[in-house]
Amino acid sequence: MSAASLQRTPLFEIHKNLGAKLIDFGGWEMPVQYSGIIDEHHAVRKAVGLFDVSHMGEIEIRGPQAFDLINYAATSAVSKIAIGQAQYAGLLYEHGGFVDDILIYKVADNHYFLCVNASNQLKDFEHIRSINRWDAEVTFSSASYAQLAVQGPKAAATVQKLTSVDLSTIRYYRFTDGAVCGFPARIARTGYTGEDCFELFVAPESAAPLWSQLMQAGEEFQIRACGLGARNTLRLEAGMALYGHEIDATITPIEAGLARNVDFSKSFHGEQTCRRQMEQGVTRKLMGLQMRGRGIARDGYEIHIDGAPAGWVTSGSPSPTLNLHIGMCYLPASQAEIGRTIHVIVRGQPVEAVTVPTPFYKRAK
Amino acid sequence: MYSDQYRYTKEHEWVLVDGPTGTVGITHHAQSELGDIVYVDLPKAGALVTQGKAMGSVESVKAVSDIYSPVTGEVVEVNNALVTAPEKLNEDPHGQAWLVKVKLSSPDEVNGLMSASDYQSYIGAS
Repeated sequence: MSAASLQRTPLFEIHKNLGAKLIDFGGWEMPVQYSGIIDEHHAVRKAVGLFDVSHMGEIEIRGPQAFDLINYAATSAVSKIAIGQAQYAGLLYEHGGFVDDILIYKVADNHYFLCVNASNQLKDFEHIRSINRWDAEVTFSSASYAQLAVQGPKAAATVQKLTSVDLSTIRYYRFTDGAVCGFPARIARTGYTGEDCFELFVAPESAAPLWSQLMQAGEEFQIRACGLGARNTLRLEAGMALYGHEIDATITPIEAGLARNVDFSKSFHGEQTCRRQMEQGVTRKLMGLQMRGRGIARDGYEIHIDGAPAGWVTSGSPSPTLNLHIGMCYLPASQAEIGRTIHVIVRGQPVEAVTVPTPFYKRAK
Repeated sequence: MYSDQYRYTKEHEWVLVDGPTGTVGITHHAQSELGDIVYVDLPKAGALVTQGKAMGSVESVKAVSDIYSPVTGEVVEVNNALVTAPEKLNEDPHGQAWLVKVKLSSPDEVNGLMSASDYQSYIGAS
């Protein structure tokens, strides 16, 4: 894809001026790093980082039967969330594979706001519309929102300087509509790094001034602008799935270890395969791995057990926090116990690794 | 930054020829494009390397990149300090963080590589 056809967020000029390294990320020209992935990663673990995640998509479901549609489209127990609460869920194809993984924000009884992956947003919109047999209105709203993610132990202290909303009243996976720097914002305590976190959904024209204000507010904590590189190492340490890696159209939530995000007490799109796998078991399972030998597991590398092909690495990277090389992988369910010695094929050579529990990193409460 | 004493490849390696031996490294541009370097694989002393052929690899947090030998010959010395301190490749790629020294079997090869000014216009254009 040529640079000319890439989509850009309202913060593109800011990224360029900061000297960010820009890459094509699913059709978007996005910053992969500014000061360096390791520096940005540590900033989020120790203090605070600011991410432009405006490429993420937004879809809204409204109407008297909005609940019926989202509760059928999503795997999760949507009936359990209150107004002002967010929930992680899968959208599945009829055969049980993932269309996408999403966050559902319940704005009102007749209004659900979905945050979806950038490269899946049009597909998600079409999918939800195609299974809408209720009186529910599905709106593609991505152009109405920019999204900034403030992540790290100093995230609350940073955002609090810019809003009169008492952030201590917003619990994890809750949100409120308020103002930040005077700009209307949906303020959500959600994130993708394993740290305390706020995600701010704002109008696109508010994004640039808000970015600058957040950078100033975080200056005393040495806030860093963070790119997709650090976002990936942070979410991998936190054991979170990334579409196209741990999950895709060929993988079910049960295989991906996400059964806790599936509500089997209701009917949902793609349920048959999930129910069968819960009863009969799965043939493959997502596992964490840690390298023992010299080498770094990378996305797509083959895994051998006892000299025979057994699976593949879904995400692999150095872990800046743990100072180890880690990854996630699919292995045959019969061989997917923790502590098993496996070999990752690195440039043709088997390098020893061991299966470990995820998440790799959990913040102190 | 780009010394006239060195010759450069399109794959962003450099070589400094001193008599029968060439010292090989990756360029400042290469380390900058890669970002934080966390791993390096180098050939062993005694290994034969060929101009334009992969002789090792370097990995940053995000990326894996082959290292192509700018010259043909026998590896006579390896900078093993990089194995435990690969970040030196970000700090001093044209100096302390040289990769290997090669006893050149075809010294004339280096004439086909880029000069400093050619390399700078090459990376400016790419």
